[in-house]
Amino acid sequence: MTPEPVLEIRDLAVDYGYGASPVHALRGVSLTLHKGEVLGIAGESGCGKSTLVYAATRLLPPPGVIVGGEVRFHGDDGPVDILRMTDQELRAARWQDTAIVFQGAMNSLNPVYRVGRQLTDAIAAHRPGSSRAEREERARELLTMVGIAPERIRAFPHQLSGGMRQRVMIAMAMALEPKVLILDEPTTALDVVMQRQILEQVMELRDRLGFSVVFITHDVSLLIEVADHIAIMYAGEIVEQARASEVYRQPRHPYSHGLLHSFPPLHGPRRPLAGIPGSPPDLQALPSGCPFSPRCPEAMDVCTDVHPDLGPTAAAEPGRRVACLLHTEGRTLPASLSV
Amino acid sequence: MRFVLRRCIFYLVTAWAAVTVNFVIPRVMPGDPVQALINRYQGQLSTDAVESLYALFGLDPDASIWSQYVDYWGRLFAGDLGLSFTFFPTPVADVILQSLPWTVALVGVASVLSFAVGTLIGVMIGWRRGTWADGILPVTAFLSAVPYFWLGLIAIMLLAVTWPVFPTSGGYDGGLVPGLYPEFIGSALWHSILPAGTVVISSVAGWILGMRNMMVTVSSEDYVTVAQAKGLPERQVMFGYAARNAVLPQVSGFALSLGFIVSGTLVMEMVFSYPGVGFVLYQATGGQDYPLMQGIFLIITLAVLVANMLADVAYVLLDPRTRQEA
Ligand SMILES: Nc1ncnc2c1ncn2[C@@H]1O[C@H](COP(=O)(O)OP(=O)(O)OP(=O)(O)O)[C@@H](O)[C@H]1O
Ligand SMILES: [Mg+2]
Repeated sequence: MTPEPVLEIRDLAVDYGYGASPVHALRGVSLTLHKGEVLGIAGESGCGKSTLVYAATRLLPPPGVIVGGEVRFHGDDGPVDILRMTDQELRAARWQDTAIVFQGAMNSLNPVYRVGRQLTDAIAAHRPGSSRAEREERARELLTMVGIAPERIRAFPHQLSGGMRQRVMIAMAMALEPKVLILDEPTTALDVVMQRQILEQVMELRDRLGFSVVFITHDVSLLIEVADHIAIMYAGEIVEQARASEVYRQPRHPYSHGLLHSFPPLHGPRRPLAGIPGSPPDLQALPSGCPFSPRCPEAMDVCTDVHPDLGPTAAAEPGRRVACLLHTEGRTLPASLSV
Repeated sequence: MRFVLRRCIFYLVTAWAAVTVNFVIPRVMPGDPVQALINRYQGQLSTDAVESLYALFGLDPDASIWSQYVDYWGRLFAGDLGLSFTFFPTPVADVILQSLPWTVALVGVASVLSFAVGTLIGVMIGWRRGTWADGILPVTAFLSAVPYFWLGLIAIMLLAVTWPVFPTSGGYDGGLVPGLYPEFIGSALWHSILPAGTVVISSVAGWILGMRNMMVTVSSEDYVTVAQAKGLPERQVMFGYAARNAVLPQVSGFALSLGFIVSGTLVMEMVFSYPGVGFVLYQATGGQDYPLMQGIFLIITLAVLVANMLADVAYVLLDPRTRQEA
């Protein structure tokens, strides 16, 4: 049985700036999120993870512009393209279909309103029939769900700790029981213990409520633990896509390999740590051919001329895709990528 | 509560300092105001009268500075600010009491109007930045650069002289006796349109620009993005999330500007010969009328203090983060 998709991103392209040399922050990104699954997205800082979230939810701030692609959401009445919705449809769909916990969750709460008000205003907007008492009750329930005392609905954001604010944001995202929850580095500003705790809470809620999760981080080892599928991004493109356990055991792209080896593994034998030499390319002046070629330990001559597309791996493993010329017919994979 | 107490003590000390400075300045200034008055009346005053004048002004040369000071406070609490030279022998308190309502009503209403309109326009164009709405910006920049007296004179020239729609000067029709009857009120309103209008035009640009810039800053805050992501109605995001935060510095700016109503009105009242405190201050300066100047300065200082207090209160009411310290 093939799982049903909830969110399909097709060839999404985003530029920052309109002038002669815009920054091509996303170039033809395609992703599919299935019902009930956790999709992880990893990549270095600046590779376009947040841009992907903003574009897919049409929250991209200027000067960002979506220059192509579609984002299909599979609701109860069949798929709709979010990018082609009217403003009114979009407002009605938001938070019901897709709720987001943003990267800057520290500043995600309005400083002048009480937490309760911010939890209930979305409910009021989407369920105009609900009574004030019902919404208040729901807010208390949500706070309890993320492990915060329900009396805290009377608190102002500055009276909460960073971790509590983060959990309030998660509670807020759950308010309408969305079908998709996007977490954009929800825990980067927190200490490790808090990170785990919050993530475990989210996963527990997912098991209970059955929504799908897009989880973004640059901590690959964390991702491998919680995600079902993983997409590795590099400079605005997806370079590898596979099941989490597979990426961990057998990365197929030299970049994934490098990324995995720049974090200590959480379990299993210790591996020597090696970073990726060099730094991500300037998105305004990308190298020709494969964007990773200047930093790639396995780069061939052809890599600077031909841009690799996301396609099957050399071993044609089902459900795996990689964008690397090493995987074209007639080439032999280096040992590091073929185990 | 400790915060409130601290602020109260601060205001009391400031008020005390202001009053004391007001007491000291005329006493260390060169020249003798009573002598100046005597000269003006060219010896028509008897010696008795002159002595009582010294006593009245609190400048009795025989009294010690300390007893003068105590005396000064005593008279201040009794509402006695001395006698005006210019309007001799009208008490200063009466002169101020007659002129203050004109200023407060006219400039007060104009300021509130200007703030409300300017802030609202600022919200709109700040929210729709990057669209046609930005076309308003050069106009506001121009308006805020125009000196007030020039604007006033142009207004008089165009709307009172070339097309005599409005009166050129004064606060009401000279033929009427001030009082609360329809004809007089109508005349006062009619006379207030040009002065109030020019005050609004010259100050509205500042509010527009300030609010627009704050709106642009706040619009990129995460909580505004979250509000959008929640699918709240646009008006709610715009006013409840963006403007509600952007208005904070604006409100304290406004409360402070209220303190400068009395002092800032000087030019307007000169241009329009408006019977307010500014015009009186202008006359007092011309006539070296120290008691009157002193009285007006005292009012100005108190106005600034009260405005500061309002700013404090407004901020505490609007921003929960400041309540933390309380
Ligand atoms: N307003 C902007 N103007 C120009 N370029 C921008 C703008 N915003 C983002 N970018 C560029 O777009 C790219 C993607 O940014 P994005 O914030 O999506 O990265 P990210 O993967 O989320 O990084 P991080 O892990 O640090 O959050 C970056 O290279 C950044 O320089
Ligand atoms: Mg990011």
